[in-house]
Amino acid sequence: MTDTPNGQQPPSPGEGKKYWLDQRRNVEKIFWGLVLVCAALGLADFFYDKHTQFAMEEIPAIYGLYGFVVCVGLVLGAKELRKLLKRDEDYYD
Amino acid sequence: MIDGLSPGLILIAFAFPIPFLRGNWRHAYMLALPVLGGWQLWSLGHGVYGQVEIFGYALTLVRIDKLSVVFGAIFLLIAFINVIYGMHERDRLQDTASVIYAGAGISAVFVGDLITLFIFWELTAITSVFLIWARRTERAYRAGMRYLIVQVGSGVILLAGVILHVRATGSIAFDNLGVVSPATGLIFIAFGIKCAFPLLHNWLQDAYPEATVTGTVVLSAFTTKLAVYALARGYAGTEVLIYIGAVMTVFPTFYAIIENDLRRVLAYSLNNQLGFMVVGIGVGTEMALNGTAAHAFAHVLYKSLLFMSMGAVLFRTGTAKGTDLGGLYKSMPLTMIFCVVGAASISAFPLFSGFVSKSLILTGTADQGRWAVWLVLLFASAGVLHYTGIKVPYFAFFAQDSGIRCKEAPLNMLIAMGITAFLCIAIGVYPAPLYALLPYEVNLEPYTATHVITQLQLLLFSALAFAVLIRTGLYPPEMKSTNLDSDWLYRKVMPAAVGRFMEVGGATRDRVLARAQNQFERFIATIYRHHGPQGALARTWPTGSTVLWVAVLLAATLIIFYL
Repeated sequence: MTDTPNGQQPPSPGEGKKYWLDQRRNVEKIFWGLVLVCAALGLADFFYDKHTQFAMEEIPAIYGLYGFVVCVGLVLGAKELRKLLKRDEDYYD
Repeated sequence: MIDGLSPGLILIAFAFPIPFLRGNWRHAYMLALPVLGGWQLWSLGHGVYGQVEIFGYALTLVRIDKLSVVFGAIFLLIAFINVIYGMHERDRLQDTASVIYAGAGISAVFVGDLITLFIFWELTAITSVFLIWARRTERAYRAGMRYLIVQVGSGVILLAGVILHVRATGSIAFDNLGVVSPATGLIFIAFGIKCAFPLLHNWLQDAYPEATVTGTVVLSAFTTKLAVYALARGYAGTEVLIYIGAVMTVFPTFYAIIENDLRRVLAYSLNNQLGFMVVGIGVGTEMALNGTAAHAFAHVLYKSLLFMSMGAVLFRTGTAKGTDLGGLYKSMPLTMIFCVVGAASISAFPLFSGFVSKSLILTGTADQGRWAVWLVLLFASAGVLHYTGIKVPYFAFFAQDSGIRCKEAPLNMLIAMGITAFLCIAIGVYPAPLYALLPYEVNLEPYTATHVITQLQLLLFSALAFAVLIRTGLYPPEMKSTNLDSDWLYRKVMPAAVGRFMEVGGATRDRVLARAQNQFERFIATIYRHHGPQGALARTWPTGSTVLWVAVLLAATLIIFYL
């Protein structure tokens, strides 16, 4: 699977520079920013005329809650599935 | 242009000089072919052309109508972009195969009858396998073989269905068939194999990630979308497709989350996106069919873009595995941006292409009151954000810095990705030209407050779930592994069964043979006892007595003669 790399190079002296994302507190900023945006989106449901097709869509922030719940379920489900399906990388070789 | 020539046939017919051209001349020539094909499509316009009669069957080589144009146009466009993407390579086999393969896919979309469809159906199978073999590894060779068997198998089933269909109805027309007879059922299965229906799907995840950097990008565009087109043409409104499609949107998401090879993750998400299109075909209303066509168009672009970006990573670092990658945004910032555009498009963020195409399918499904299927599609929409929208860029470009430092992708790759990314955003921002291309009039405004806010809620809360799971350490880490899928049946179980059969069968055979040999030996021994050197029936008489007996016989004959 591993091919010959075309263009890998050793870190040059200039590569040691710090990136914005390298700092832990900036990652924290992104996370809490995301929490804020989600909260705002959830609250937004009270401030516009929602055009819906199904009754369940009327619940405020239902799309967000549904998305959050199914994603957690999906990941935890996949984790369980891995116990059943996981084999060595060279299983078929 | 030559009257009645299929736009796709131009690519096939003029592919022969490709192996003989060198370097940039070859790629310039390859770029010209999709342009010529596009010009041919434009100059022909809607209509039926190239009708020939062979063995009493009236074949229709070209049928250009509103449905085939959508698929033909995107195939021509992506064939052009793919040439740019592959320009750094000097592989005449791969170059030739990719052009003929694209030509076969385009020709198949424009055929008007089932016999011609079968011919191009098989041609896509035979030409595309070279894109896998061009990797030139043992692993790729074996994966290519499995791929070829499945693809040719689909063609054989199609042929069987067509023969039965022609015998029963006398018609070879490729129009709405419906699953109404064993014949149309067989054709349905043939389409289903190429469309990667659940349990018939695994050739896709098995083979695509084993192809070359360019090969995977080319493969991802044509085969499965040809199958989507064929289903939309032949089986629109077939109820069972709704459920098949719904299953297709869900089960690959679980696999994609635990898969380590990021190109294989993309192959699973390809499968999931096909599910949306299949649901649209099953619903079969004008809105839903528009959705399928629009989603196929948008999908070819963003899926290619994602495969291109992972191909660039593979090209530069030699691996596309989540366990080996991370922090690449420092080395390949442009590739990262293009990957994120592809990720935003497949996740259907507002202002990106997936949003304006998937909305049609979701609305079409909801319009029929199918709330359960609609909920499944919403689940799959949240899932696709998770494992493609976030996972692929996250593990390749962010996450833990792997320490890999490499050059940015080659210029030709960046140009190809740039064009594709631009189109993904352009379609999202201004969907009117795409909507105008669709088979039916579009009665949907995607950018309403309700639609934008609910979609953003779904996506950003899903992203929040990802962040929470990563922070709490609940997210399953990337691991070097193979996950069992339906190919396990034919890569492990069947060979093992055959092996066991040979073992048991061999032992049985040995026993039977041993007994037979034993019987035979006893038979020989009996004969030997009677006729052997000591046998009563085998005693030799002296030669003299024989001569005497011969003389007696001769004398007797003489006497009888004279009497």
